[in-house]
Amino acid sequence: MALSLPTYPQPDERGRYGRFGGRYVPETLIPALDELQQAYHTARTDPAFLNELDRLLRDFVGRPSSLYLAERLTEHAGGAKIYLKREDQNYTGAHKINNCLAQALLAKRMGKQRVIAETGAGQHGVASATAAALLGLDCVVYMGAEDIRRQALNVFRMKLLGAEVREVTSGTSTLKDATNEAIRDWVTNVRDTFYILGSVVGPHPYPAMVRDFQSIIGEEVKVQHQALEGREVPDVIVACVGGGSNAIGIFAPFAYLPEHERPLMIGTEAAGEGVESGRHAASVAGGRIGVLHGAMMYLLNDDEGQIVPPHSISAGLDYPGIGPEHCLYAETGVAQYVPVTDAQALDALQLLTRLEGIIPALESAHAIHAAVEIAGRMPPEQTVVVNLSGRGDKDVAEVMRLLDLAQTAPAQDAPGVIRPQEVHA
Amino acid sequence: MTATLTATTPGAARIHAAFARAHAEGRAAFIPFMTAGYPTAQAFAGVADELLEHADLLEVGIPYSDPLGDGPTIQRASEQALAGGTSTRGTLALVKALRARHATPIVIMTYVNPIYAVGPREFMRLAQDAGVDGLILPDLPPDQDLEIADLAAEHGLAVTFLIAPTSTPARVKLVAEACTGFLYAVSVTGVTGAREGSALAEVPAMLALAREHARVPVAVGFGVKDADTARQVAQVADGVVVGSAFINAARQGQSVGALAATIRAGCQK
Ligand SMILES: Cc1ncc(COP(=O)(O)O)c(C=O)c1O
Repeated sequence: MALSLPTYPQPDERGRYGRFGGRYVPETLIPALDELQQAYHTARTDPAFLNELDRLLRDFVGRPSSLYLAERLTEHAGGAKIYLKREDQNYTGAHKINNCLAQALLAKRMGKQRVIAETGAGQHGVASATAAALLGLDCVVYMGAEDIRRQALNVFRMKLLGAEVREVTSGTSTLKDATNEAIRDWVTNVRDTFYILGSVVGPHPYPAMVRDFQSIIGEEVKVQHQALEGREVPDVIVACVGGGSNAIGIFAPFAYLPEHERPLMIGTEAAGEGVESGRHAASVAGGRIGVLHGAMMYLLNDDEGQIVPPHSISAGLDYPGIGPEHCLYAETGVAQYVPVTDAQALDALQLLTRLEGIIPALESAHAIHAAVEIAGRMPPEQTVVVNLSGRGDKDVAEVMRLLDLAQTAPAQDAPGVIRPQEVHA
Repeated sequence: MTATLTATTPGAARIHAAFARAHAEGRAAFIPFMTAGYPTAQAFAGVADELLEHADLLEVGIPYSDPLGDGPTIQRASEQALAGGTSTRGTLALVKALRARHATPIVIMTYVNPIYAVGPREFMRLAQDAGVDGLILPDLPPDQDLEIADLAAEHGLAVTFLIAPTSTPARVKLVAEACTGFLYAVSVTGVTGAREGSALAEVPAMLALAREHARVPVAVGFGVKDADTARQVAQVADGVVVGSAFINAARQGQSVGALAATIRAGCQK
């Protein structure tokens, strides 16, 4: 058998990562979560399930994605070698498909004909719609009105794939509200509906299950880094964090190594216009512990417990919380979480595009920014692996709009490179 | 009402007494719900006064930004109340003012995040000070956080947890045994909101199961919207909770008191 799913020491049997995680949901859903946990527990070691998942990841998604040495970016940074884990090579354009195919297969095993999903950037929605089309399932995707505007291309792709896209206008009309609506749908239709959750958030067992399905990213890095560098473990791993699924997918296979063998792991949070501006989505840097969407985590919420609307240039990072396992990593120092602003991400997007011919997703551009910064301070024999979680096709219209705005702003200091500060001038 | 009531807190005692009084009058207890600060912070007091004239128990909701157990009606009401400046502490102040005018028990419906944000101990202290009798916690299954129930008890408050048609017998037992105020049975798989037609088919079986374990009265809510649905529920339940219908009435400028009188009449056994 080619594929096996990893096991990790977290969470505990109650779905807690230290004090984080849990199941803060209406009682209606508890039996469904128990049922899901049981179904996942048997599926995760069932050769029939694993073989089918393996076949799809290989032949449908195109795994393994490569670990690519970005030579010109390395040269630009002037330090450690920068490798890109190319999740942007996946069919549908991002890491989200790894998890969606697995959950859709699970839905089918459980005899559920209808799947629902929430989406911010649209990548999880597209991946869910794709998996549903492939497996012949009905699919409804909840998406905030603001994100529908920002991600028109992905909305059309979902519809083309046969999914119904439901516009969400409550709250801030973004990912958190789409998630609320998906949960409400699930509460209502729980008997015949499977909720394909898109990140390592939500009630237990979702954070653990989504992590396990995304761990293939880090497991592949081990093998590839061994082949390229003669050792499994890179010195530094960087990944962007919205809910945290691409980051946990690349972190978790290294996170439970003994401390002296562990790489430095860095999650980049969307700092929007700056953490001090209040317009950001940096839950570790700018949040406090609270409960949202069924789990306890670092959360943007005010001193009365109302959720503070997040802001990010990238719809996929525009979430007020961060998965409970990341919260534990942050609290115990297993990983560090650093804020990266909209302007820095937009700059990094252009940098990678010009230097490597790879247009990254705006989400991934946050990680690129931090990787360049840190690689520059490291010796050349060391390595930095960046999770390039997705490609930028979905973002080009939004980026064009932002850069057009910048064109009309005053003089540029570097010909041909638009300074991001001006974008927000 | 089959339960033998052993009140653990003053709040629980008052809640049980309210159910007993209704029972003695041949009724299910009538439990209207209203979001604090709705339709406006000023108008809320008047609406609550009208409801309290007819209520055996009043349920007041703390407006919350992300109420995932609620349908559009209560969700919009929360958004409006928050936009109008109603806060968690503000809600408790509103309740304190109501308590000064009415003896009817008042229970607070709140998602857990406002409790954690204020701090569980501080929240309970404020609630006790406001004269709150109990808490309804729609996103807190009792096995998630045992501290909340303990702190509530320490401050004289009763707690109510919920069961749903999807609850397994083991879950019903666990939830029922954890309730000290009353047990809240959700009539449908779904969120709050008045529904077309009546969808109470699953209620009798659920209640039969609940009564095997509950030491407290059992109320039913979600989707009860008029005298007719209230009557159906009253045949099997100790109490009837009605929420969205009152918010709809308040929004449309209809008399909340008149609707409350009709529904209360429907609660006759
Ligand atoms: C390309 C890409 N990267 C990252 C994310 C953020 O999600 P997560 O933190 O779960 O990886 C998204 C979400 O839509 C995405 O589309």
